[in-house]
Amino acid sequence: MTATVADAPAAPVSGAPIPPKKWGAAIALGVIALLSLIFFGFGTPAGSTTRFVIARKTDFIQLPSLTVPSELAAILLSLVGLALAGWVAYRANQRRKVGIWLPIVYGMAIMGALLTWAGAGREATSIQLTGLLTSSLFLAVPLVFGALAGTLCERSGIINIAIEGQLLAGAFLAALIGSMAGNAYAGLIAAPVAGALVGLLLAIFATKYWVNQIVVGVVLNMLVVGLTGFFFSTLMSDDPSLNQPIGLEKLPIPLLSKIPVLGPVLFNQNLLVYILYVAVAVLQIMLFKSRWGLRVRAVGEHPKAADTVGIQVNRTRIRNTVLGGAVAGLGGAFFTVASGLAFGKEMTAGKGYIALAAMILGRWSPRGALAAALLFGFADALRVQLGAIGSPIPSQFLAMTPYLATIFAVAGLVGHARPPASEGIPYKK
Amino acid sequence: MSADSQTTEDRPDEGAPPEDRWRRALREIVESSSMVVFMAIVASMIIGGVLIIFADEAVRESAAYFFSRPGDTFSAIGDALGSAYSSMFNGAVLNLEASSFAGVIKPLTQTLTMATPLIFAGLGLGIGFRAGLFNIGAQGQLLMGATFGAYIGFAFSLPAGLHLLLAVIGCAVGGALWGFIPGILKAKRGAHEVIVTIMLNYVALYLVAWLLSLDAFQREGSDNPISPFVAETAQYPKILGVQFNLHLGFLLALACAWGAWWLMERSTLGFRLRAVGANPSAARTAGMNIGTATIITMVIAGGLAGLAGSAPVLGTQKFLTDAVAGTLGFDAITVALLGRSRPLGIVLAAILFGGLQASGPSLQVNAGLPVDIVVVIQALIVLFIAAPPLVRAMFRLPAPAHEKEVAA
Repeated sequence: MTATVADAPAAPVSGAPIPPKKWGAAIALGVIALLSLIFFGFGTPAGSTTRFVIARKTDFIQLPSLTVPSELAAILLSLVGLALAGWVAYRANQRRKVGIWLPIVYGMAIMGALLTWAGAGREATSIQLTGLLTSSLFLAVPLVFGALAGTLCERSGIINIAIEGQLLAGAFLAALIGSMAGNAYAGLIAAPVAGALVGLLLAIFATKYWVNQIVVGVVLNMLVVGLTGFFFSTLMSDDPSLNQPIGLEKLPIPLLSKIPVLGPVLFNQNLLVYILYVAVAVLQIMLFKSRWGLRVRAVGEHPKAADTVGIQVNRTRIRNTVLGGAVAGLGGAFFTVASGLAFGKEMTAGKGYIALAAMILGRWSPRGALAAALLFGFADALRVQLGAIGSPIPSQFLAMTPYLATIFAVAGLVGHARPPASEGIPYKK
Repeated sequence: MSADSQTTEDRPDEGAPPEDRWRRALREIVESSSMVVFMAIVASMIIGGVLIIFADEAVRESAAYFFSRPGDTFSAIGDALGSAYSSMFNGAVLNLEASSFAGVIKPLTQTLTMATPLIFAGLGLGIGFRAGLFNIGAQGQLLMGATFGAYIGFAFSLPAGLHLLLAVIGCAVGGALWGFIPGILKAKRGAHEVIVTIMLNYVALYLVAWLLSLDAFQREGSDNPISPFVAETAQYPKILGVQFNLHLGFLLALACAWGAWWLMERSTLGFRLRAVGANPSAARTAGMNIGTATIITMVIAGGLAGLAGSAPVLGTQKFLTDAVAGTLGFDAITVALLGRSRPLGIVLAAILFGGLQASGPSLQVNAGLPVDIVVVIQALIVLFIAAPPLVRAMFRLPAPAHEKEVAA
């Protein structure tokens, strides 16, 4: 998937078998583009137009809204998708890979066709582009933190199914401490502590007692649901001052936040979102360019070899799992203090499992996790937007897309997801 | 509480010096994994008690002046624990405050009713665990089973016995179908079943939510996404009369438990599945087809989870919503773990957790405690069970001479 290996010709080494041609991706992309052409291209009523609103009224620079002829635009965008699928097929025939740009451009084209079709002939409403992107990023925040947590743990060889529990614990403690201190930032500091505690439990059971890590993860999720629900219904309902809806204020970055479209989307956010940018960048560099990252990955891939050169396998795993738990806990703060909401029972509603999916789709790298989480956030935002303008697509199908995409990914229908070799296996000297 | 009896038998006699018969019997009891199970339950109840004390308002108020009048705090603690555990007993076992005999034993029948779906789904998961498959998808399989069964139940009108039979088969087929998908993806594409089943849980949830928005599934005159009531001909008959909720599904679950025992312990197929679970490479060398075993296991597990869906739609709730599965799928994982994947253990574990859940309303009303305490106790029990050395260390039990690996 990385650009460096993309153009290396798969020259058959003498004696090595020639790799088979992989047609799966080309077929999948082609079929989707064809469906897009049939449904969105030819399914759009002729003569109608779609209006895209680019800037919001509050934005610094007001861009005019864009009106396009719906049918023509949808057909053209679908044809772009088909052409890209053809390019993938051409490369597959040569046994070459394609760059990361292709799925991005392809996704934009198909999404554009879908939006054009959905907004066709609706004079009263329009597609809010900036709003759509802002809510995509917003909805992606807990997914990115969760997927980063999963990546940190699994790169060291511990399967973290407990992301859901870590998010929920973070959300709970952020609300509790934030309300007690009367300051949302206190909650932001408390949230990682809760997640780290859940991570510590996971690490102890996984490395000291060699319990199946999936068992511990599932049970820890239950435990956190039970504990937070219990305290929510007793402590917090006895004394409502312990659970206040307090929010982090937005911190617009001077100048940058005034850029059209990108400014309000990326640079007019609260502190948690800025932490997210830094976390993704730092973890990406640390995992793949630093000595620490090399050690972590060695422990996850081949713990015995790592141990032989003097790396403490279980200590690395415990540290990473606790750190991962803290990262997920911080993401949990999204649900309460970063959204300005009070804590509610099971308020994470399965986001931890979507984060797990984002980690897999992002192939266990922070950069990929960010991209996958943004995609899932976009699907979620699209569901809300299409619901608002009254689209004929049932919202449940859009809600399903992240899960289906993950199933396709792990089944190797589109690309191949390969987890760290030693994940889930306790290291016993 | 002997959830596990077989592991005590296969411990080798390690030629130790002869010891007193009674001491030896005592040592075997203390070392046995049944003792660990029992102690795990005790430890979880104690921790649950600490939470109850911590959350009790009277205790917190009296603790404020603990050093001037410590007696108040202790009596408040006693009251809190007493009312919690007595309402648990009244809600799950026997209601000693009821006036009639039926009222006294009603909690017990309620416990068995709650245990019914847990037995079904737990059996399916147990078979999966023994065949080396980690199926987190009981939730989705149960939901799909419930959907198929409920649809047959409300959309057709058929004679009494046949209708119920078809609806029950529908539940099994729906679940089996949802189990087949991860099975074939694992067998043919190597997709990890944990991830696929987790994702399929959500796909099932949204699929059912969508179905319930269609006219074919929507109850007439209702704006909520709920289906019509299942026809009476397709409902499980009540086996103890109308005043108790206990229905035929419980007996069916017990029959399935016997069937699962026979399958895994007495049949060739079960031997194959266990061999694949114990050592896939050896099984392959012996000529067994791993892929086929995976698919068969997932279909059976899915079918049993689907049957678990029959308990709410054909037995208690009698209609379909997207929340019909509750948390049954995840509770069933804890049941299968506590029961060590053995049918008898699963039945006993399901009755224990069914009892904990049945005590929920009584806890809420009589002790003012949220139902969540039950979830906490349940999760703690399984955590402790999963780590026998931890429980042994807590209660200073001796480690057995031959420590067995914890079954997944």
